[in-house]
Amino acid sequence: MSKKEKKLLRRIVIAGVIFGISLPFHFMEVLPVGLELIIFLGAYIIIGIDILWKAVRGITCGQVFDENFLMTIATIGAFFLGDYAEGVAVMLFYQVGELFSSYAVSKSRRSIADLMDIRPDYANIMQDGVLVQVDPEEIKVDDIIIVKPGERIPLDGIIKEGFSSLDTKALTGESIPREAAPGESVISGCINQTGKLTIKVSKEFAESTVSKILELVENASDKKSKSENFITRFARYYTPVVVAAAASLAILPPLITGGSFSLWIERALTFLVISCPCALVISVPLSFFGGIGGASKSGVLIKGSNYLEALARTEIAVFDKTGTLTKGNFVVSEIKPNHISKTALLRIAAYAEDYSSHPIAMSIKKAYGKTIDTTLIKDIAEIAGQGVKAIISDTAAIGDFVTDREILAGNQRLMQTNHISYDDTMAVGTIVYLAIDGAYAGSICIEDEIKPDARQALLDLKAAGVRQTVMLTGDNDAVGREVAAKLKLDEAYTELLPADKVEQLEKLMVQKSKTGMLAFVGDGINDAPVLARADIGIAMGGLGSDAAIEAADVVIMTDEPSKIVTAMKISKKTLRIVQQNIVFALGVKGIVLILGALGFATMWAAVFADVGVSVIAIINSMRALNVKKFQNTADPKEESRVAVKQVA
Amino acid sequence: MKKTIKLQDLDCANCAAKIENAISKLDGVTHVKVSFLSQRMILEAQDDQFDSIIAQAKKIAKKIEPDMVIMA
Repeated sequence: MSKKEKKLLRRIVIAGVIFGISLPFHFMEVLPVGLELIIFLGAYIIIGIDILWKAVRGITCGQVFDENFLMTIATIGAFFLGDYAEGVAVMLFYQVGELFSSYAVSKSRRSIADLMDIRPDYANIMQDGVLVQVDPEEIKVDDIIIVKPGERIPLDGIIKEGFSSLDTKALTGESIPREAAPGESVISGCINQTGKLTIKVSKEFAESTVSKILELVENASDKKSKSENFITRFARYYTPVVVAAAASLAILPPLITGGSFSLWIERALTFLVISCPCALVISVPLSFFGGIGGASKSGVLIKGSNYLEALARTEIAVFDKTGTLTKGNFVVSEIKPNHISKTALLRIAAYAEDYSSHPIAMSIKKAYGKTIDTTLIKDIAEIAGQGVKAIISDTAAIGDFVTDREILAGNQRLMQTNHISYDDTMAVGTIVYLAIDGAYAGSICIEDEIKPDARQALLDLKAAGVRQTVMLTGDNDAVGREVAAKLKLDEAYTELLPADKVEQLEKLMVQKSKTGMLAFVGDGINDAPVLARADIGIAMGGLGSDAAIEAADVVIMTDEPSKIVTAMKISKKTLRIVQQNIVFALGVKGIVLILGALGFATMWAAVFADVGVSVIAIINSMRALNVKKFQNTADPKEESRVAVKQVA
Repeated sequence: MKKTIKLQDLDCANCAAKIENAISKLDGVTHVKVSFLSQRMILEAQDDQFDSIIAQAKKIAKKIEPDMVIMA
């Protein structure tokens, strides 16, 4: 509790005690009126003095009809009518409610701040042979920092020395630690668990991952959702309408029925007390605030309350293939040699592809596994759109060849142009055909691995209400169709150029229902226009890739498609809470307003309808922060490597 | 110019909404958003009028929520 809150609590207790002790005597009617007045007036002043003061100040500033004024009128009115105890009780009740309200909001703010307490306070750096603690903002690129076990990594960098495991929970929501070894890149915000790490810093603090995430989450609640905008507009009209209704309530019925003005004025005042829309104006944004905080805890960064809202209504989910549904790391899946051994075929392929850093080449070299003696590569000529022609020599490395051989490695076109008859293979994937000195040597099939959680994620998406799942890819038709079939996607569009992707997306957008949303999921690097065009742009494993963070509306910290489902579930829960609050607040207020107009509601009911409803709505909003049931416990058999990349 | 301004002791959500509404009507203001939860205001206004707009905004805020301090 803050100092202000503690002071209020003290006053409530003191006034409450005085009131509590005096109350039985009041009911027994044993005290003289004068004494009662003094006691209750004393309690009243203790508990209500700041409200009275605010009311007076409000009038002088031109803000007459605010809560403070109304409470003042209502309670002073009670005193004038002789209901001293009632006046104190109502003020006391009101202040208790205000305290609760204020406490609940502070607590929410603090919970979210704690959630995002990934900010590192210091970094250890060697200065003149001594390890000193400095502000992370003072560290420059290429500085060497030390992170001891138990400490938080303060800046993005590459490990120079040390083996350890890292707790990435705060950033990714993953409970399984990530192994770290020299040469690997690490990001700020993770907690170093077991071993001391020496890290060469690659980005300054302001550019570090942790700073970017904090900024994103802090700014996210500034982008208002439709519900919040609606409530703001509603509140603006609601208050004057109720004030007008109260005024007419005070004037018309007595004129028409000839009843007493004071009775109807009292009812009108009760009316006004109920009228404050605070419950909605606070609880709705608070729910979204909680939802965004909860999502960050699960490793999903949502950049605006409006996107959180939109996620629940996702009807069509469109996916990029490579890097999104598949890992993007190609693996040799089949070797079909022709008159030579598999190992020999793999060897010449590796040598021919040595020059290239293309994922296909990398996978071939990885499958080969041995060091390549580059002195044996006599010449490399790249043939655009087809492949490569290489001159390789030496016996030992290439099996049974003894002289310089011309190796051709590439696609079907390469074979056709050189008039080499090749065996068409049934394997699906990227096929590299090889020829040695004009004779067909065989083919190697390279496949992209589908992400382990992709299949389940797509099933879950359907269960969560997504009507259509679509894949857009630039990859060839055979591969695209196979992946689509394996994952049971509804539609697949293959061999698309980037411009085609946007066109296809537009066609899909038309298929939505009026309130439906279309989400596009991509790895961001070249999907920027599509990410921008979709209702919700979701970037995969985009951590550190500035292009992805910029273009996307939602960033999934790990590479997992299953997190999309998590995000949708959080969204639905948040919207449910918002709906509950709106129905509850308006419902209770409506009922009490009617009762108040008819004279069945006392001042108590009025104060409850205002402050009590507020408190309940706020507490309900805080449920949005609770995302425990959405955090899946990862299968230990699955590869637990969290692919958290860092931009080079 | 777009500036994020901290608002200290902004306790009333209704007041936040009223302040946002009032500031948005000021001459030269292109965009304003007041967030009760993050206790901040994002103000986008013409460069040459920025200082006078801030002064006016402070006056408006003082009227509606006297306890609040605009840290700008």
